[in-house]
Amino acid sequence: MGGGIGLNHFLLLSLIIFSLGMVCVLTRRNAIGILMGVELILNSANINYLAFAHYGGAKYDGQVFAIFVIMLAAAEAVIGLAVVLAIYQNFKTIDVDATETLSG
Amino acid sequence: MNHALTLITFIPIAGMVVVLALPQAMKDICKWIAAAATAVQLLIAIWLYRSFDTATTAIQFAEKHDWIPSYHITYFMGVDGISISMVLLTALICFISVFASFSITRAEKAYYALLLMLDAGMMGVFVSLDFFLFYIFWEVMLLPMYFLIGIWGGPRREYAAIKFFLYTLLGSVLILLAMLGLYYYGAQSTFDMTVLASNASHYSTTFQRIVWIALFIGFAIKIPAFPFHTWLPDAHVEAPTAISVILAGVLLKMGTYGILRVNFAILPEATHQLAWLFLGVIGTINIVYGAMCAMAQTDYKKLIAYSSISHMGYVMLGCASFTAAGINGAVLQMFNHGTVTAMLFILVGVIYDRAHHREIAGFGGLAQQMPLYAGMTGFAFFAGMGLPGMSAFISEVLVLIGAWQTHPLMTVFGAATAILTAGYLLWTYQRIYLGPFNEKYAGYADLTFREAFTLVPLAIIVLILGVYPHAVLGLLNTSLVHLNQIVLSTPGPAVALLH
Amino acid sequence: MDHPVSITVARYIVLLPLIGATINFLAGSWLQKTFGKRAISFVGCGVVVLAFILAVRTFFAMLAMAPENRFLLDDLWRWIDVGGLNLEVAFWLDPLSMVMTLIITGIGGLIHIYSTGYMHDDESYWRFFGWLNLFTFAMLVLVLGDNLWLMFVGWEGVGLCSFALIGFWYKVLANTTAGNKAFIVNRVGDWAFVIALYSLFMALGNVGHPTLVTREIAKYAPLLAGMPGYLGMTMVTFVTLLMFAGATGKSAQIPLYVWLPDAMAGPTPVSALIHAATMVTAGIYMVARLNFLFSMAPATMTVVAVVGGLTALFAATVGIAQNDIKKVLAYSTVSQLGYMFAAVGVGAYAAGVFHLMTHAFFKACLFLGSGSVIHAMGGEQDMRKMGALRHKMPITFITFLAATLAISGVPPFAGFMSKDEIIWQAFAHGHTVVWALLLIGAAITVFYMFRQVYMTFFGEFRGTHEQEHHLHESPPSMAYVLIVLGALSVVGGLVKIPDFIATYKPFEEFLEPVFASGPTRAVMEAGIHSHSLEAAFGFVTFTMVVLGWLAADFMYRQQTVDPERFSQAFGGVVYEWVLNKYYVDELYDFAVVRPYQASCRALAWIDANIIDGIVNLAAALTVLGAWLSGLFDAYIVDGLVNAASLVTLDVGGRLRRLQTGSINGYLYGILAAVMVILLVRAMLHA
Repeated sequence: MGGGIGLNHFLLLSLIIFSLGMVCVLTRRNAIGILMGVELILNSANINYLAFAHYGGAKYDGQVFAIFVIMLAAAEAVIGLAVVLAIYQNFKTIDVDATETLSG
Repeated sequence: MNHALTLITFIPIAGMVVVLALPQAMKDICKWIAAAATAVQLLIAIWLYRSFDTATTAIQFAEKHDWIPSYHITYFMGVDGISISMVLLTALICFISVFASFSITRAEKAYYALLLMLDAGMMGVFVSLDFFLFYIFWEVMLLPMYFLIGIWGGPRREYAAIKFFLYTLLGSVLILLAMLGLYYYGAQSTFDMTVLASNASHYSTTFQRIVWIALFIGFAIKIPAFPFHTWLPDAHVEAPTAISVILAGVLLKMGTYGILRVNFAILPEATHQLAWLFLGVIGTINIVYGAMCAMAQTDYKKLIAYSSISHMGYVMLGCASFTAAGINGAVLQMFNHGTVTAMLFILVGVIYDRAHHREIAGFGGLAQQMPLYAGMTGFAFFAGMGLPGMSAFISEVLVLIGAWQTHPLMTVFGAATAILTAGYLLWTYQRIYLGPFNEKYAGYADLTFREAFTLVPLAIIVLILGVYPHAVLGLLNTSLVHLNQIVLSTPGPAVALLH
Repeated sequence: MDHPVSITVARYIVLLPLIGATINFLAGSWLQKTFGKRAISFVGCGVVVLAFILAVRTFFAMLAMAPENRFLLDDLWRWIDVGGLNLEVAFWLDPLSMVMTLIITGIGGLIHIYSTGYMHDDESYWRFFGWLNLFTFAMLVLVLGDNLWLMFVGWEGVGLCSFALIGFWYKVLANTTAGNKAFIVNRVGDWAFVIALYSLFMALGNVGHPTLVTREIAKYAPLLAGMPGYLGMTMVTFVTLLMFAGATGKSAQIPLYVWLPDAMAGPTPVSALIHAATMVTAGIYMVARLNFLFSMAPATMTVVAVVGGLTALFAATVGIAQNDIKKVLAYSTVSQLGYMFAAVGVGAYAAGVFHLMTHAFFKACLFLGSGSVIHAMGGEQDMRKMGALRHKMPITFITFLAATLAISGVPPFAGFMSKDEIIWQAFAHGHTVVWALLLIGAAITVFYMFRQVYMTFFGEFRGTHEQEHHLHESPPSMAYVLIVLGALSVVGGLVKIPDFIATYKPFEEFLEPVFASGPTRAVMEAGIHSHSLEAAFGFVTFTMVVLGWLAADFMYRQQTVDPERFSQAFGGVVYEWVLNKYYVDELYDFAVVRPYQASCRALAWIDANIIDGIVNLAAALTVLGAWLSGLFDAYIVDGLVNAASLVTLDVGGRLRRLQTGSINGYLYGILAAVMVILLVRAMLHA
């Protein structure tokens, strides 16, 4: 590793961000918070794509996938927020524990 | 008139369609349409009678078209000496029975539609020469009969209708199986009865016997032969008058007709071997048993029903005789029983319409109140007893004179039943019409014009056939003698029993 | 005889009464209302009288022919033509049927005329004449039919008319019962008769000549000799025996005579015409007609003779104790028919037919005389309530007495000529037992007849005062008929005088061609031919007649001997038996009628409960099977389906707990699962 920043650093960063996102998703009761956690997870995946694209042999595959993921994340955020709004209208709250009506 | 037989069969259907198409408000017209349809049918039948060639055994007025070629099923109609008299009888009885139905006041439209359908079914049975077609008509006739008894019948009509239907259906199944057996095991796959008859020797003896017995049971239920007869009294007691007339006048003959048309013509060898037992012995039992049961009845109509069983026994015995006289007598008896018994049932209906009961013990001295009615009943009773000068005498004598030559012992019983018949009919006549007048029946009207109109033609036929039986015998003789020859040309029963 | 002369007159003789009957039945009620009873009388009597005139003309025409040509045939149309049975509707006039036709239309016409007076007050006048005409028609068909089936048409036809006329006053149930009895008992005889015809037809067919035409049977009958029949008899014996059994029904012989006494329930002219003069003689006519067959069967002939003799005596004894004026005559008729059968049975066919004719004269006279008495007595028939009527009813008395002398066999009355001949012939043909029976019967006949005359016309009147007041001689229509018949009873026998007196027998000569067949000639000519012996036996018979008369005279006219003494003999048992007709009716009722009715009821019960029970049981079993099948379907087949769903439900119920609805829970689950998968992978790769 000739000094400087290598692939492992990126992977480490990605891991940290993924873990933060995962914790956020698992522990948050607020739906918006969960969505934000999901964004973090997606972005950690993006970092991985770009890092592997830069250091691996593939040309632009990583970048292409990253752009896909960004678009997907945007779409997901739209639908997710719409769902959250709908939940709010029904339950007057966005606390996910209050919406356990599907419980068997 | 190349399509006379199609016409005579489907005229009632046309009438039925018209009746059904009429609005409910015009229900009074239904009976006149039915009368017109049967009148046309009767006219065609008379035309057939007049143009029938009595000298040949060939099928006449034949019509043959392919129908379902893949199974060799044809639309084959025709008459010969065996069926022409039955065609005449059917047309006559149906015409009479329409007028006997005028007292029906409930759901006339449906009634006349069903009556006409029944008519078509019966006529079809007698003119079909394709076994498949025959079977179809056989079944077609069942359904209207079921409804006619089941809807317009007496208090236990449902029981009687279902009993009739199921019993006959049981017979039909056997006929169907026999028919299929003949089709699949024949020299060629065909339902054409004339072809089946010409290939008779192709079947093995055992096969012939099995099929013969199946067919016999199927037809015997219709006759009805002992011990398959118990549906008849129930059906008669519950059926309305006109339906009883048709039932006894025509329907019963389909059984014996089937035996002659199918058992005799297609399976002559089995016929020759089995007839003495199934037709001879059972026929004799029918004669004696029917008469004795009639003696003990308390219901007027049931008594007449049992007398029918007794009289149909003569037909069976005559068929079993294998003599020209016996077999001619048998078919003549079918015709004569049709007319005489139709009179008897109409006469029972006359008093039932007025008194609304049929308990023999409940009547008495009716001759004083209703002399015409009593006179007509006396006429019919003596006709039923086979009094010389009337039609039934000729046929019973021919049956017995024929049967004597092959089955003397059975003939002795058959002839003795003339005593028993006189016994129960005279006793009944005495209890209902003679003796002191039962005041309960004061004010009853004598025969109406309509009732007389249904009875007088039959009475005239009974008299004419008594003094000039040739009018019907001439039709039968050639074909029946031929049929008898065919049967006699086969090997007879191994054991000549009861000789 | 092979080529009968063709005529057309017979059809008019036969059809005239039929036309009368048709008019009376179809329009009689209207005629009577519109034109009165005169119109009915005119039609009813007119046709028979006209027939009689035609018959007489034919008779004289026949007399003008040579004896061997006296066979006339009137052929109308082909009746039956099937299976070798070729029968014409044709009428056959030969001397025998000629005699019968004359009797039927002659005596019949007289009785028709008598009836106009006797039945005058009856509301159903037209119906009476309708039946009377129809009877005449049927009787003519019986005697004139050229084949046995046509004969049988008349045979049963007269039975029908007899039935209807016995029960003419149908409002009284007993009358109709008597009619039923007559018809049914006759049918028993007919049963035997038709079987005889079947056998005869078959037997002739076996020798190549299937026919039932009488004259052809006569031609081919010799071929039947020796042919075996049934029950161990020869065919001819079997056939003739059964025919005779048929005759015992129609002609009221033992054992089927029981209907005739009851038949007296009918109006008296009916008793005279049907139950004395014509119908009941049909059996004798039939035996005489088929003489060529009977002569071939000696065994049957013996049976006929013995049954005839027994009936003659038996019925006569019953006649002694009867008190009903018509019942005495009824038993007398049975007895006299016995004489006729005895005659034909011993082979004296002509004598039998002769007695048939004279009997028609005197018995019709006796019956009509009794009718006249009953008419005068206002319907009373019990002789114990009569007496001394000879003063009030001289014509009736004289004619009745003449007929009584005739039936008693007092010379030279008609009955003497015929009855004496029969008794002698029985002996001459070697039937000593039959002769003895007939001889005793003759004495008893005289006794009961004079008993009747004395009880009715002599002594004191024993009826009510009212009846005595009403006593009157009958109207002319009845009286004239009585005079004619009375005269015939006196002189009617002169057509054949006993051989020991003079050889004058035109009657027998007239009939001779009918009895010309070989066997018949042999039978008729057998036996003793001795005029002196015949005279001696005639004297014996006459002695018996006198003895019978003396007994009656002592007991019932002079009353020097009390009949009670005889009736009380043997403790009255014999009298009781005779009075109650030997309890034969009761025996038949007990041995035949009741068991038959009981077995009918039993059969009907079996039919309704066992045979139909089996059908209903089959139906019930089908219903039971259907029910069981329904149970199987509901609990087993459907149960399996339900079980599958139940299991699914249960498992689902348990599994649904996993569904917490908490997103976090799911995510933890996913995380844990991913971890596990990774761990497993790592372990596998390691």
